[in-house]
Amino acid sequence: MHSMKKVIGSIEFGILSPQEIRKMSAAEITVPDTYSEDGYPIDGGLMDRRLGVIDPNLRCETCGANYKECPGHFGHIELARPVIHVGFAKTIYRILESTCRECGRIRLTDEEIEEYMTKFNVNEARKSEIDALVTEVYKKARERMVCPHCGAPQYQIKFERPTIYWEIRRDEEGNEYRHRMMPSEIRDRLEKIPDKDLPLLGLDPEKSRPEWMVLTVLPVPPVTVRPSITLESGIRAEDDLTHKLVDIIRINARLKQNIEAGAPQLIIEDLWDLLQYHVTTYFDNETSGIPPAKHKSGRPLKTLAQRLKGKEGRFRKNLSGKRVNFSARTVISPDPMISINEVGVPLVVAMELTVPEKVTEFNIEKLRKMILNGPEKYPGANYVIDPQGRRIRLMESNKENIANMLDIGWTVERHLLDGDIVLFNRQPSLHRMSIMAHRVRVMPYKTFRLNLAVCPPYNADFDGDEMNLHVPQTEEAQAEARILMEVQNHILSPRYGGPIIGGIQDHISGGYLLTREGSYFTKYEVEQMLMFAGVDVKELPKPDKVENGIEYWSGKTIFSLLLPKDLTIWYRNKLCDDPSQCEPIEKLIEEKLVPSEEEIRKVATDGFVYIHNGKLLSGAIDKKAYGREDGKILDIIVREYGVERARQFLDQVTKLAIWVITHKGFTTGIDDEDLPDEAKARIREIIMEAEKKVQRLIEAYKNGELEPLPGKTLEETLESKIMAVLSEARDNAGKVAEKYLGMNNHTVIMAKTGARGKILNITQMAAMLGQQSIRGKRLYRGYRNRVLSHFKPGDLGARAKGFIVNSYKSGLSPQEYFFHAMGGREGLVDTAVRTAQSGYMQRRLINALQDLKVDYDGTVRDPTGIIVQFRYGEDGVDPMKSWGGKTVDVDRVIMRTLIKIREKG
Amino acid sequence: MTAKKTFTIFDQELVPEHRILSEEEKEELLKRYRVKLSQLPQIKASDPAVQALGAKPGDVIEIKRKSPTAGVYYYYRIVVED
Repeated sequence: MHSMKKVIGSIEFGILSPQEIRKMSAAEITVPDTYSEDGYPIDGGLMDRRLGVIDPNLRCETCGANYKECPGHFGHIELARPVIHVGFAKTIYRILESTCRECGRIRLTDEEIEEYMTKFNVNEARKSEIDALVTEVYKKARERMVCPHCGAPQYQIKFERPTIYWEIRRDEEGNEYRHRMMPSEIRDRLEKIPDKDLPLLGLDPEKSRPEWMVLTVLPVPPVTVRPSITLESGIRAEDDLTHKLVDIIRINARLKQNIEAGAPQLIIEDLWDLLQYHVTTYFDNETSGIPPAKHKSGRPLKTLAQRLKGKEGRFRKNLSGKRVNFSARTVISPDPMISINEVGVPLVVAMELTVPEKVTEFNIEKLRKMILNGPEKYPGANYVIDPQGRRIRLMESNKENIANMLDIGWTVERHLLDGDIVLFNRQPSLHRMSIMAHRVRVMPYKTFRLNLAVCPPYNADFDGDEMNLHVPQTEEAQAEARILMEVQNHILSPRYGGPIIGGIQDHISGGYLLTREGSYFTKYEVEQMLMFAGVDVKELPKPDKVENGIEYWSGKTIFSLLLPKDLTIWYRNKLCDDPSQCEPIEKLIEEKLVPSEEEIRKVATDGFVYIHNGKLLSGAIDKKAYGREDGKILDIIVREYGVERARQFLDQVTKLAIWVITHKGFTTGIDDEDLPDEAKARIREIIMEAEKKVQRLIEAYKNGELEPLPGKTLEETLESKIMAVLSEARDNAGKVAEKYLGMNNHTVIMAKTGARGKILNITQMAAMLGQQSIRGKRLYRGYRNRVLSHFKPGDLGARAKGFIVNSYKSGLSPQEYFFHAMGGREGLVDTAVRTAQSGYMQRRLINALQDLKVDYDGTVRDPTGIIVQFRYGEDGVDPMKSWGGKTVDVDRVIMRTLIKIREKG
Repeated sequence: MTAKKTFTIFDQELVPEHRILSEEEKEELLKRYRVKLSQLPQIKASDPAVQALGAKPGDVIEIKRKSPTAGVYYYYRIVVED
């Protein structure tokens, strides 16, 4: 809590010099062993106590701390002969090629050096430019075969992966021969390069001298980096790195012995190469060109590079993504009774997650009570933090004592309470609406509960989905979540500027049942539904009609109670499939702007919504009212009355719709698709006609009478004409079915209001499935010249190539069933491929864009201040707050003003 | 034999208008956005539009683009060597 604050100004990378490695080393490691027989670390071995300890009973000999506090210390190995560092093998090659073999100068003339140096200074900021310059220098220097400084002839150098270098020399007769350059020779050459030439090679002489790329001393990482594990059987298993280091030390010792004993050059070079191999695989065990070092069991060792690389490596697994405290995860389930910005939290979770609350004179009594409740009784507390910053765990034994000591200045980590702000998330977190702030509602049982209207932004359903919950721990974080992240702030999507949170499924069907023409409710029902929806009405409006002495209210009147009192809007909704029905009312409104209620009622139709001053005068509610993606009323409420009002509206309207739909009854089954015999006969006729037409087309094709369409072959022309005939047949069959299924049919209500499904789905259930296709073509693969063996080869007819005349209700024939499976498979493959591809695209896009931000002057810049756009989106408009992409909706402003003027008279 | 045809890329309707900024305009731009020259988006000297204008490295080009959102949008790029 009270640690020293340090700020990282910048990070620079360099290469460790031998001196530095020795300086930071706590011990030289010479013994290729870890533990002695009595189980203690061997001095000078790889588990030397000076490198830190992992045994709880031992103390570190360098810092004197125990295993918990000692961070570990580096050691070192003095290599008998230098070896190449694989990571720099390519760089070494590049440097050797661009410097002189005699004097070590870069192979550029003094004028060229001068010229490039000035260019370097001009392009201070951009890394890409410097990189480009360095490659340019390299290309130029490599071509020069005589040193411009000392005049020495240069030889070509060959690099053999991973760490072998050859010089192609010439003897006196001019014959070429290859000279193997050993690391010591390479190191000598690199040492000769003067500091002043290094910047042109892309190196900083202070931080990375080239000869440091050839290792003479090898750092040994602390024991804490490579802990050994004791298995249950009592056998000690060493880390992969330790194994590798053992190999290195062993070969190193042998090499040293042989050199000292004056062994033949050949043997020494063999051992040297072996040492090189071990050091190479110690750094990277996936180096191409050499076999990976294996464990006794045959498993390749995980060495340094493998620890860092890839999705499971240190960077992506542990640094870009970390595990966090104060979070919970469990299965989700729906609760239509809670608000869209609430989340139901199980009691057990609420007692585990805590919020730190500072003790003030206003909350001390409340917090004292919570401390007395302790960690086991809700609402209690788990920890307290005293003014010295000590964390004390609350237990049955000490809670009373602590409650007495509690004073202003303490902090109590209390259980989650109703109204606390938490972040709620479902993976994959593809857009910002995947993490939103909700208010806590502590509930019994063990699932997170969420309102159905927030399923779309999370893309959640309840077939076993799990979600995560995080508790912000500071006041700043809580305030930020409240202001920026709460659900109601995300009703409008920044993607298309319309609502992404809105009524779904039964909310829409219910809204329709409530508001369609001829829908009336008794006083009892009205009271019930308003109470259920939580609408606060002081007095019911006048009843719309009285029949046999009973008062009735229309659904439109009730719906109007939820609307803001001065809301005016009109639009054609989804039910308006015949424009001539809607034209009269639209004309009337646009001409008069403030027509009288009687006039409107005369031309009112379900297909045209007209709301004047918060009164629904015409039209039924469907998806276009408050559904997701195109809820116009919801859209207007968010923009003109604010997100809080929109949240309230959405909460009330969904509950109201649910009351109506549960009390009216809404169900669907296969008998919804029952068609009268005459309809079935009509559909049969349509099919027969279509098949005849197809036959005629095939005849024409066979007789060569078919005229090819422009840009198509004769066969393609035939195919597209057949497809057109068949899809028209299906459409016609659908229209017949539609004609016999009216607005009292629940499937039709769902399809037409946009609650669920399309008319096409009804067509496929009631009339026929129609043509099955793969990649937009009729089915053609399978047997030779036919799809199934039930047809004649070369049959071009409708039924032979996947035209299904049956409906889901009438049942498919075996052939049709197979065709349907073929078409269905394409859809499945498509979704699988699409998610994989779009996931990868998402990753690439995010990596490219993640650090861009909009500055206060409206420009889009990268972190170094380079401008990407001079104005965000070229117009500086926040798509979430715009009107269909524009800053203001001029038409609406004019309309509202005109209405105001006319109303005043 | 055929008359030598002069071809300017700016006649193409998809090529937006380009213009070299004067020294004063350049100063003004840098001050307005509080940037160094190196923080402007770049355009290579080998770019056909830059060559047609005859701009030199170090010049700043103003590009008047048509924008689906803003109508007209001005973009500034500094000419760099390639």
